[in-house]
Amino acid sequence: MARAAVPGRLTGRLAWRVATLAGYRDETPTARTLVLEVPGWPGHLAGQHVDVRLTAEDGYRAQRSYSLAGPADGDRIELTVQRLPDGEVSPYLTEVYSVGDPVEVRGPVGGWFIWRPTATEPVLLVAGGSGLVPLMAMLRARRAAGSRVPFRLIYSVRSPADVLYADELRRPQPGVDVSYVYTRQVPEGWRTPPRRISVADVNSGGWPPDFEPTCFVCGPTGFVEAVADMLVALGHDPSRVKTERFGPTGG
Amino acid sequence: MHEDGNAMAGPLGEIFTMDVTSAVERCAGCGAANPVAQLRVYRHAPGWVARCPACEQVVLRLVRGPDAAWLDLTGALSLRIPMPTR
Amino acid sequence: MGIVSPGFRGRPRASDPQLPPGQYLTPDFPVLSAGPTPRVPLDGWEFTITTESGQAHRWSWDELMELPSDTPTVDIHCVTKWSKLGTTWQGVPLDLLMADVDTAADFALVQSYGGYSTNLPLADLLDGQAWIAYRYDGEDLAPEHGGPARLLVPHLYFWKSAKWVSGIQLTLQDEPGFWETAGYHNYGDPWREQRYQGD
Repeated sequence: MARAAVPGRLTGRLAWRVATLAGYRDETPTARTLVLEVPGWPGHLAGQHVDVRLTAEDGYRAQRSYSLAGPADGDRIELTVQRLPDGEVSPYLTEVYSVGDPVEVRGPVGGWFIWRPTATEPVLLVAGGSGLVPLMAMLRARRAAGSRVPFRLIYSVRSPADVLYADELRRPQPGVDVSYVYTRQVPEGWRTPPRRISVADVNSGGWPPDFEPTCFVCGPTGFVEAVADMLVALGHDPSRVKTERFGPTGG
Repeated sequence: MHEDGNAMAGPLGEIFTMDVTSAVERCAGCGAANPVAQLRVYRHAPGWVARCPACEQVVLRLVRGPDAAWLDLTGALSLRIPMPTR
Repeated sequence: MGIVSPGFRGRPRASDPQLPPGQYLTPDFPVLSAGPTPRVPLDGWEFTITTESGQAHRWSWDELMELPSDTPTVDIHCVTKWSKLGTTWQGVPLDLLMADVDTAADFALVQSYGGYSTNLPLADLLDGQAWIAYRYDGEDLAPEHGGPARLLVPHLYFWKSAKWVSGIQLTLQDEPGFWETAGYHNYGDPWREQRYQGD
């Protein structure tokens, strides 16, 4: 179990850095990927996140955590922010935050919910809504490393319009299987009505337990706990199920 | 509703030089061993409480003030922190 | 101050001369917790005041409901910087519950179902400053806000208004509670901005 420490911060304590918006891409009508320029970015592993801090003119501050959406490109990192209707920070980041403007970023952090391309076990990714972001970082790290580790993704999402990275996920990638569970609205011609993820989905979209896959589950707390229970019930070793819960303070 | 210890990576990262979310703690209440990332975390800003997923006892508390951080680890018998191999 | 992000406004907030320093007004009632919400059935619920000599004064839910109650309207201030003005409650004043309690203690350690605790001088629970509150804003106090009953002591930061209150231990020495042992201020006066130890 002894592994090398996560890169980028072998000594010294973590501090806030200034990041500047270099560009953005709207993934869906309510989600935007921000491309941030962070001078001196130390690099990161797939699954890690950053804390983002915003300060208003009167000194009021708000802080949220966002997963890194893909590998670093030099000093550039990407975060995908889902706009929440009553959010305090997400409406700003997805609608107001402009190219050239600063935010403060602390990271990369998180050394447990990570995937290294040197790992050889098959991987199952189960995403609930915007929980897909750190899992997408793992898929992208896999591609960047030229890895042939077999990956399966089960993506639970409200509707086709809410699918993040839709084009990229639609493009076939050898060794990657993607299945979808639609919870509110299904695409035209879909065989089943909208419903929540079930054991059957996890069974058919996942790997058999005797393949000993590493399972990464990310999303809201209720989703993550339900899916983790399903995986264990199907026979997966709990020590191979890694979870990341998004909290109620999202937005 | 709770989050998990992954959410504390940033705040703990201000104090520890190594990642602590992948450290395995042993609960002083029930002895269960879990990565800090799997603790049930409740936010009570400026305080954080991380509880054992097995018995709900408090394993770790962190309060971040403007010029100090208070860290209480009395709920953990020990922490095993992965380090780079020497 | 930190790097300002142009155009970032944050939650609607007002600073108001009626507010203690560093506080903002909120229209919501944020839920903060140090643990899971305890579920306490009313038929098992008890509130106990225990003196320094161990003498216990106990009320069941039905007994609490039979006591005269107040409907205070108070301002509340959370250490997270949010305040609400003019909140309405119904509860039994601590003055009434303490009326027949014989004590020489100066301090109180308030305890809650679920294990939370907080401490304050006994004097701060008396003279119309505190209630065991069971209704908020015209309705039964919801579990996530501390129901069936919580302590309400609005002149101190709201972490002192212990949710899911189960009892008060009167003590000769001051015994810091859950957050007071972890870095929060021992007294917690919002008007002197006593958020952290050492403030």
